[in-house]
Amino acid sequence: MIIKQLSVFLENKSGRLNEVTQILGNAGINMSAFSVADTAEFGILRMIVSEPEKALSILKAADFSVKLTDVICLNSPNEPLALARALNILSGESVFIEYLYAYSMNDKSANIVLKPDNIQKCIEVLQKHKMELVSASEMYKI
Amino acid sequence: MIWNEKIECASREEMRTIQTERLIETVKRIYHNVPSYRQKMQEVGLVPDDIRSIDDLSKLPFTLKSDLRDNYPFGMFTVPMSEIVRVHASSGTTGKPTVVGYTRKDLNSWSEVVTRSLCMAGVHREDMVQVAYGYGLFTGGLGLHYGCENLGASVIPISGGNTDKQLQLMEDFGTTVLACTPSYSLFLAEEMEAAGIKKENLKLRIGIFGAEPWTENMRKEIESKLGIKAIDIYGLSEIMGPGVSCECEHQVGMHIMEDHFIPEIIDPETLQPLPAGEIGELVFTTITKEGIPLIRYRTRDLTRLNYEKCACGRTLVRMEKCKGRSDDMLIIRGVNVFPSQIESVLLEMSETAPHYLLIVEREGNLDTLKLMVEVQEQFFSDEIKQLEALRKKITHKLQSTLGISVDVKLVEPKTIERTAGKAKRVIDNRKL
Repeated sequence: MIIKQLSVFLENKSGRLNEVTQILGNAGINMSAFSVADTAEFGILRMIVSEPEKALSILKAADFSVKLTDVICLNSPNEPLALARALNILSGESVFIEYLYAYSMNDKSANIVLKPDNIQKCIEVLQKHKMELVSASEMYKI
Repeated sequence: MIWNEKIECASREEMRTIQTERLIETVKRIYHNVPSYRQKMQEVGLVPDDIRSIDDLSKLPFTLKSDLRDNYPFGMFTVPMSEIVRVHASSGTTGKPTVVGYTRKDLNSWSEVVTRSLCMAGVHREDMVQVAYGYGLFTGGLGLHYGCENLGASVIPISGGNTDKQLQLMEDFGTTVLACTPSYSLFLAEEMEAAGIKKENLKLRIGIFGAEPWTENMRKEIESKLGIKAIDIYGLSEIMGPGVSCECEHQVGMHIMEDHFIPEIIDPETLQPLPAGEIGELVFTTITKEGIPLIRYRTRDLTRLNYEKCACGRTLVRMEKCKGRSDDMLIIRGVNVFPSQIESVLLEMSETAPHYLLIVEREGNLDTLKLMVEVQEQFFSDEIKQLEALRKKITHKLQSTLGISVDVKLVEPKTIERTAGKAKRVIDNRKL
């Protein structure tokens, strides 16, 4: 259930994001999900890629500050209130979300990548409520 | 007015006699009371009796800032603590400050040299002196303060900062003399302009500026903006504090109080004394101090000496404005900063110190310090709040260690240029 997300430290300057995507692309690594968190001075690029370990070592070799972070991915119906329902369950069980990003798969379902404060507890809570979690291998393939 | 004409206008022979007598006493006192310096003398086979005149001065070993650190805090004091009535401290090269102690007599000597300095600058009893140097461990505030009182001028002990109040008191009290760092005086001038205060409506006539390097151009700017005569005063806490030397009204070099501090100029590479007039590192031997007398203390300031009699009538040797440093110390807003201090702060954050680069700028008239820190793996967190917390922690630690604010910027690994051999840690963009 646990997915290895790749996080990269980026300064806010032009061309850096492009460089990361080029390096990964040239190594034949595909990105399935992607988000950028930014502040005035720097940002953190977070992504789910086809081969996290390989991507990590390639970017390290290219002098990026990079690390793998455990996240989970919730598959939810693509309809009004679906996300609200999931978040309601989590907050009801005192699971806090550090950050999340989401994207629609099609008109039926959407994926929500979550970084909870307590990942094991989060998984248990979601499974208890019959929420669908995307497996790591599936996620890397998208 | 010349405060102590007998000394300040003494012939070279008279001065040499005073210096010789006091040097011999000082060497004896240190030899018998400071084990670390006694050992240095023994290593070169010297005993106090070998020092018979100031011509023997160059035989003596040097004292370094690191000696003060190694003997932290009071190991180089030559009197029992019961004789010490005041301590001051300045920043050391790493975490620990450099501590100095003063006996009652030392404080009197200090007041004397500051009073002489004030008289050189043209200050007299009727003056109202606003002391805007920091009061506290830093020697600037209290040093000027006691000199003014000794002269009989009125002191406004306002200390540094609090610009609105500075301007208010300057207007309301009719301040005639301002003592602060030269950059702060320019900042005050700007704030005056912004507040619509005209220099013609103030009574300011003299500025006593020191604790940081400044140029002749800055002097012209200060003098025209504030309508005053801007006088350069020099000192360092290890030797005494402000008043080690000061300019007279002719502004042609700072007169060194030679009956208290013997100056020498050495080549910082060979460590050999240089003839008068050559530029080299300034070295001082204190010959009246009781608390912490120092022999041949290397100031790291680069300058030259002029022994010609001055137009003011004084014969005290003059030193030029300092031309730079023979080490990597920076002076930011009057505060001494060593790159090694920053390194030790960063080392406290992680096991390996990250690459960093200090950038010093002069924005308007105030120096700013920016620190770029590479976010290598040991620092990198996937969460923004962690990175922000790291940045705040570094900022806060630096503020408390250095005593000045630093703008910390997190940058990507390898963005700071690597040079072969010694890493370039500092870029100073100020035109000093």
